[in-house]
Amino acid sequence: MATTTLPVEEKKQVQEQEALITGAEAIAIACKLANVDVVTAYPIRPYDTVMQYMSQLVADGEMDCEFIVAEGEHSQFEIVKHASVCGARVFCGSSGVGWMYAMEALTVTPALRVPMVAMVGNRALDDPGAFGVEHNDALAVRDLGWLLTWVDSAQEALDTALIAYRVAEDRRMFVPLALSCDGAFLTHSQALVEIPSAEQVKKFLPRYDRGELLLHPDNVISVAPQANEDWVMEIRRQNYAVTERACDVIREVYADFEKTFGRKYGNPFFEEYMTQDAEVVLLGMGTMSTPVKVAVRKLREEGKKVGFVRLRWFRPFAGPEIAKCLERFKAIGVIDRDFSFGSPNLSGVVATELRSAMYTGASTRPPVLDFICGLGGREVTVPDVEAITQSVFEAAKGKAQPLTQWIGLRG
Amino acid sequence: MSTTFVEEKPTQNLEAFKGVKKVPYEEYYTSGHRTCQGCESAQIMKLMAKAAGPRTIVLGSTGCMYVANTSYYATPWGVPWMHTQLGSAGSGALGVAAALRAQMRKGSMKDEPINVIAFCGDGGGADMGLGAISATMTHPDYNLLILLYDNETYANTDIQISGTSPYGVNTSFSTPGKVKRIMHHRWKKNVAPLIAAGHPTCKYVGTISTSYPLQAMNNIRKALSIGGPTFIHCLNPCPKGWDFDPVLSFQLGELAVNTGIWPLYEIENGKLKLYGKTEQIARGKFKRLPVREYLLKQGRFAHFVEEDIEFFQSKVDEMWEKWLVPGVIPLQKEI
Repeated sequence: MATTTLPVEEKKQVQEQEALITGAEAIAIACKLANVDVVTAYPIRPYDTVMQYMSQLVADGEMDCEFIVAEGEHSQFEIVKHASVCGARVFCGSSGVGWMYAMEALTVTPALRVPMVAMVGNRALDDPGAFGVEHNDALAVRDLGWLLTWVDSAQEALDTALIAYRVAEDRRMFVPLALSCDGAFLTHSQALVEIPSAEQVKKFLPRYDRGELLLHPDNVISVAPQANEDWVMEIRRQNYAVTERACDVIREVYADFEKTFGRKYGNPFFEEYMTQDAEVVLLGMGTMSTPVKVAVRKLREEGKKVGFVRLRWFRPFAGPEIAKCLERFKAIGVIDRDFSFGSPNLSGVVATELRSAMYTGASTRPPVLDFICGLGGREVTVPDVEAITQSVFEAAKGKAQPLTQWIGLRG
Repeated sequence: MSTTFVEEKPTQNLEAFKGVKKVPYEEYYTSGHRTCQGCESAQIMKLMAKAAGPRTIVLGSTGCMYVANTSYYATPWGVPWMHTQLGSAGSGALGVAAALRAQMRKGSMKDEPINVIAFCGDGGGADMGLGAISATMTHPDYNLLILLYDNETYANTDIQISGTSPYGVNTSFSTPGKVKRIMHHRWKKNVAPLIAAGHPTCKYVGTISTSYPLQAMNNIRKALSIGGPTFIHCLNPCPKGWDFDPVLSFQLGELAVNTGIWPLYEIENGKLKLYGKTEQIARGKFKRLPVREYLLKQGRFAHFVEEDIEFFQSKVDEMWEKWLVPGVIPLQKEI
């Protein structure tokens, strides 16, 4: 007799399951669900736990892929770059100076229109050695054509990994995507995560189709011949066209994600927290959202109207949209977990980008202050955020404030 | 050697061409390249593509055979070809082989043997890319060939010293001066034995020369058929970098072998076999020609005085008289 109720076993498969996992484990599970073909690993903390989980998934027969341990990050990224050109869905990742060691491969990957998905477990660059988070590693590729996104929870890590494959492998895109997770605060911290079923993911994520760009004996093409001044500019312009399309594609994919899995992220590019009636806002990326939100709530209790904007996508930088959002506030305080030595106003990367976006996109000119904070894995604390907010309020009142301040420095 | 845990994939099993008249007419490396007259590196590209045939993917790392060879809108390649970074011949080949293997296993690509060849120059193979090639040679489950074409300099960037440049050579980084006649004191890196000795799972390592084209093609076919990662090192006389009349390209290739400077051998499943004139030298059936005959035909050695030629000769004599395996393994026997 026909019935609309699925047998228990089958029902399990189509529903989400909840598990207590770290951000790195969440991404490993996403790769399993995405049926990734080729994975390359090389050890460096803190990203490498994702590869430990993944090797276990392969050993347990839960994941069918070529799992290759490379002899360095340059090879690690080159192996998957080539695999992707041959039609394979690929995954790799790195941290800190490991990411920088792969820099040549990172440079050619967007230029070759390769939809590689990589996890960056954000880590301070040497020297001196530090395991903790800084965003300068991933930000180093910001001008090269990579899509760059920052997440702040294990759930968002898993969901964004699935979104990442959809966006990167979209024929209108074909560019690599780096999924940044703050070292330790996200890579190694456990949280409850809803894990979608393989069926749901299959519905959301079609097979990667390299199409007419596939490197295969059935499709005799020459990839990346020497072009010189004859054609390089036109080829660069094609990559530029990808960035023109990027925001629309990302919006589309988030909408489809919401439809398939039911989880809502609202505006894909940034999250607003208690901004509705705020006079001033803070803005930052990654897991600093936790202490900042705690501080915002505390300050609200004291009657201070402050909000927070967490930037999710740094590339594409949704400039006009962000400027439109921020122009209504009296002052903005950017918290940069990075540095850009010698930049205009000696500010961090995010503040410098944001000022540029505001200059052209906003109808008002609220002061944009920058606060360098939480470098090398140091915590961004609630008192730090309180001190930052106080300075932003002063600026809102018209009192001159330094454009760049280092917060939480010892004597 | 146990391969219990290795899932070997079948290769195309390319049998040797039995004589030059049996070589097919089809070319997979044709017009369009802009290499110099007498370029033996381009010659090995042509032989390699012909030997491998149409079911092949070729990766070319940066170097002459990329820059001068494959121009936008004028590619000479009749097989799928892709540019690979200078140090990535090893990792590129691994990535392609892994992609084919995964997709064929999962049924998203037709399961068939496809040759994977990555070529590199001496800069890409003996210098920058050596680490990646070494790693690749330890992966028994991927079928691929790394072909090192060796013109003994960075010949595309104005002729600079590489790890395989011969002793004393005049390059744009080792020009003789008023005080120092010899600026390059290093002996040529012995790459093929380095690969063979260090990577016992690698089933085929060999040297070839474009002056023996049929043999070169058949060795390439053997390397592609034997399975697993394989490595071939080819010496390619370069009129521009070595400063000689292009008409001499072929002859210089022969002279390199006949003087004992460039030994020809195959190491197949760990067994070493010298071949051609090299074998005759080893058996005492052919007397090595003096290195002078090779050196003095090339402008890059024009600054050599008698003393330099004698030193060069003594080092080559050492290769044949003192090395544990003459011409191949530079460990010395106790005398």
